[in-house]
Amino acid sequence: MATEKLDLVVIGSGPGGYVAAIRAAQLGLRVGVVEEDRPGGICLNWGCIPTKALLRNAEVLRLFHRAEEFGIRVDNVRADFGAAIKRSRQVADRLSKGIEFLFRKNKITLYPGRGSLEGPTAVRVQGRDGVQALEAKAVILATGSVPKSLPGVAIDGERVISSNEAVRDEAAPGSLIIIGAGAVGVEFADVYAAYGVKVTLLEALPRLLPVEDEEVSGLLTKGFAKRGIDIRTGAKVMAVKPNKRGMTVEVEAEGKGERLTADRVLMAVGRGAKVEGLGLDELGVAVEREYIKVGRRMETSVPGLYAIGDVAGPPLLAHKASAEGIVAAEAIAGQSPRGVDYSTVPNCTYCHPQVASLGLTEAQAREQGQKVSVGRFPFQANGKALAMGEPEGLVKIVAEAETGEILGVHILGAEATELIAEFGLGKTLEATVTELAHTIHAHPTMAEAVMEAALGALGRAIHL
Amino acid sequence: MALTKVVMPKLSEAMETGKVLKWLKQEGDRVEGGDIIAEIETDKADIELEAFGSGVLRRILVEAGGSVAVGATIAVIAEPDEEIGAALAGAPEAPAGPPKAEPEPRKAPEPREAPAPAAEEAEEEEEEEREEAAPAPGRRPRASPLARKIAGKAGVDLTLVPGSGPGGRIIRRDVETYLETAGRPAVPAVPAEEYEDVPLTSIRAAIAKRMVQAKAPVPHFYLTTEIAMDRAVALREELAALPDAPRPTVTDLIIRAATLTLLRHPGVNASYRGEAIRRFRRVHIGIAVALEEGLITPVLRDCDRKGLLQIAREARDLIERARQRKLRAPELSGATFTVSNLGMFDIDEFSAIINPPEGAILAVGAIVEKPVVEEGRIGIGRRMRITLSCDHRAMDGAMGARFLKELKGLLEVPLALLV
Repeated sequence: MATEKLDLVVIGSGPGGYVAAIRAAQLGLRVGVVEEDRPGGICLNWGCIPTKALLRNAEVLRLFHRAEEFGIRVDNVRADFGAAIKRSRQVADRLSKGIEFLFRKNKITLYPGRGSLEGPTAVRVQGRDGVQALEAKAVILATGSVPKSLPGVAIDGERVISSNEAVRDEAAPGSLIIIGAGAVGVEFADVYAAYGVKVTLLEALPRLLPVEDEEVSGLLTKGFAKRGIDIRTGAKVMAVKPNKRGMTVEVEAEGKGERLTADRVLMAVGRGAKVEGLGLDELGVAVEREYIKVGRRMETSVPGLYAIGDVAGPPLLAHKASAEGIVAAEAIAGQSPRGVDYSTVPNCTYCHPQVASLGLTEAQAREQGQKVSVGRFPFQANGKALAMGEPEGLVKIVAEAETGEILGVHILGAEATELIAEFGLGKTLEATVTELAHTIHAHPTMAEAVMEAALGALGRAIHL
Repeated sequence: MALTKVVMPKLSEAMETGKVLKWLKQEGDRVEGGDIIAEIETDKADIELEAFGSGVLRRILVEAGGSVAVGATIAVIAEPDEEIGAALAGAPEAPAGPPKAEPEPRKAPEPREAPAPAAEEAEEEEEEEREEAAPAPGRRPRASPLARKIAGKAGVDLTLVPGSGPGGRIIRRDVETYLETAGRPAVPAVPAEEYEDVPLTSIRAAIAKRMVQAKAPVPHFYLTTEIAMDRAVALREELAALPDAPRPTVTDLIIRAATLTLLRHPGVNASYRGEAIRRFRRVHIGIAVALEEGLITPVLRDCDRKGLLQIAREARDLIERARQRKLRAPELSGATFTVSNLGMFDIDEFSAIINPPEGAILAVGAIVEKPVVEEGRIGIGRRMRITLSCDHRAMDGAMGARFLKELKGLLEVPLALLV
C-alpha cells in the first residue's frame, strides 16, 4: 500500500471540512478529504438542509389550513408525510452532488472511508475496499458531532429515535414525545405538529429555546401552545420505558410526577463531539469536556493537527464550522488569519415563527453590568408583516446605552433568519444603532422593523 | 482666472491634519496669488497660508478652529460669477473638527422641567445648527462608528490611534489598546493634587508620535569629536565688529561648515529610501529650535548657495519667526541634514535623534575653556564637542568619520568659511 503524500488532509466533509478544503485548495495546497458518509456531512445530508425542506412543507401545509383567512377555499387537503421526506432527500442529494462537483473543480481528492490518525499528520483511511495511508503537512479534524441521549436510554432507531432517523423515516408517528426543546426539538415539533402528529415537547430548563432571549422564548411558547403542542418546561425526565404500544416517559415537574405516553420518543437533548476511533488519546491531543481544545488559529495541542466545527466545541453550528475552516486553512497555508469572532455568530431556529439571534440576551447584558438600552419593534406594526398575514413576533435590539454598540439582537418572526444578516454585517463593521437607524430600508419590508427597533434603542421609533 | 481650491497643505512628512487658526481674508474679499489668506496650525508650528490663485474668496469651508485632513479643501477662490458648485461637491462632506458629540445615542436621562416634545425639538434643531456651523468638512481617519464613539467619549484623538482593521481602519480594539497604553485621556480621570496632567499640544503629540517612528526603525550610530574653536570664536568676534553686518552665531558657523562639508560628502547628505539611498545635490539645513511647547525644526533652504553672512541673516529671521509661530510652508520640511545646538544650555555633549527621512543629525555642545596641551605646553583652549548621529542603513562609520574630520578641520581653520 503506497502512502499518498498531500499538503493537507481533512477528515470530515461537512460545512467545516469541505469549506476548509476548498479554501486550502484556493491557496494552492494539495488537499485530500476523508469522508465515511456522503459529502456534505450531517448538515447537508441529515441536518440543516433536509430539516429546512421539511419545515417548508410544514409551512405550505399550514398555509393551506389558513387559506380561508385569505378567502380561498380548499377542500380535501391531504398531506403525505412520506412525500415530504422524499422531497427533503432530493434537496439533500442535489446539494451533496454539488459538493462533489466543487471538490472536482478545486482538484480535491475524496477518500471514501473512515479516517483515523496514525500520527499528527498521518491518516489511515479504512475504506470499503481496503486501507489507504495518507501523509500531509497538516491535518484538520472536522468530524462533527453525534446525537446524545439521556443516561440509560438507548437510541434504538425504532421507538426511541434521534434526528438521524427522523429525517429518514417516511412514516409519521401518531404521537410523539420530544425530549429537549433546543433548536432541533423545536423544529421537529413544528414539522410533526403541522402534519397532525400529537406532539409533547419536554424541556428540563424553564423555557423553550433556553439559549434565546427570555422575551422571544416566551412569545414562541405561546404560539406553539396555540397550535396544540403540549409544552412541559422545567420537566425532568425520570425514565423512558417501552410499553405495549409505544413508549412511556416519566417526568417530574414542580415536584409532581407524571406518566406520558406516545408512539415514539425523539431524543433532542443535544449533540456530542464525534471523536471516537480518531486516535486522539494515542497522540495526546488535549480535550476539554469532550471537545478538542484549539487555539485561535484552530490548532490543537499537537502541532500540525487542527480541529474545526462541532468537534472543536460549541456553538455547534454549521456557519461557525465554516468560519473556523477558513481560519484553519489560511493558517495552514501560511497566512495570518484573524480568529473567528464568536460574538458575531448568529443562531437560527426555523420553526414558525422563526427565531434568530446574535450576541447577548438582555439578561446577559444586564448581568455583565452593561448600561443597556433596549429597542423593540413588533411586527404587528409592520406593513409588510400584516400584508403577509405574519404579524407575530418582534425585533429586539439590546444596545449599550452610551455608545449604541449592538450587544445583542433577538428576532422572532416570519423571516427572522434572513433579517439577522444585517446585524452580522453591522457587528462586523462595528456599526452602532445610529447607523442602523440611519440606513434607508425599503418599504414595505420586514427589515423596516430592524430600523425601527434601532430607532427605539435611541428613544425615537417612528411607527410606535 | 480659473477656480482655485485652497487645500490644507501637507507641511511635513508626519502631518496628517491641520487646523485653521484664523482667516485673514473673508468671504467676498479679493485675493491675489501670494496673499496670506489664513493662519494654519500644524503638528509642527503655525504657518501662514498663501493663496495660489487670484480671484474672490468665494467660500470658506472650514471656519477658524476647525481641523481637517491634509489635502481637504478648506476654501474656494474664483471669479465672482464663476460656478463653484463642482468644487464644493468635491469637498469631502464628513465634518471632522473638534470631536463633536454625536447627538445619539441617548444621553443619560436628564431631569427636565419643560414639557418634552416642544423643548426637545428646539434642542435638536439647535444641535443640528451647531453641527452645520461646526467646521471642517474633511477626510476623517478611517474608523468604525463604534471606535469613533468610544474615542469621542474618552477624548482620544483618532489621528493618533494606529488602526488594525482591514485597510488600517481603526476598530474598537485599537482605541481600547490606545487607551490602555500610549494615550491617556487628556482630562485627568481623578482630580489629583500630587500631579498635574498637561494636555498634549499638537506639537507635543506630534513629537511623541514622530520620535518613536524616528528612533525605533532607524538604526542609529554615533560619532563624537572635539574641535578647537579658538580661531572660529576669534573670527566670529571680528565679523561681529564689522559695521552693518549680521553677527554670526556659532550655529551659523557650524551650518556653513557643515554645508561645505556635506557638498564634499554626499553620502552623509543622504536619505535611506528603502529601495535606494537618495543623495541630495542641494543642502537644506534644519535648525532645531526649542519652544515652550516643544521642539521645532525650521529649514534654512539652499545653504549651498549662501555665504556665511546670508546664512546668519536668514537663520536669525527664521528662528525669530519660528518663535512667533509665523513660518511658511516650505520652511517646515525638506531638510537634508539637521543641526541641533544645546551649547547655550551648557551641555558639553549629547546625541540627537535623527529626523527621518534625513540620514544624519549633528548635535553641538558648548564651547568650553579647558587646559590643552599644544606643542608640549599646557595652555588654555576653547573646545567644542560635536556628535554626529547617522542612519546606519544609509551610511557607515568611516563615511561619518571622514565627514566629521573634515568638518573639524574647517572649523579649526575657519577662513574657508568665508569663501
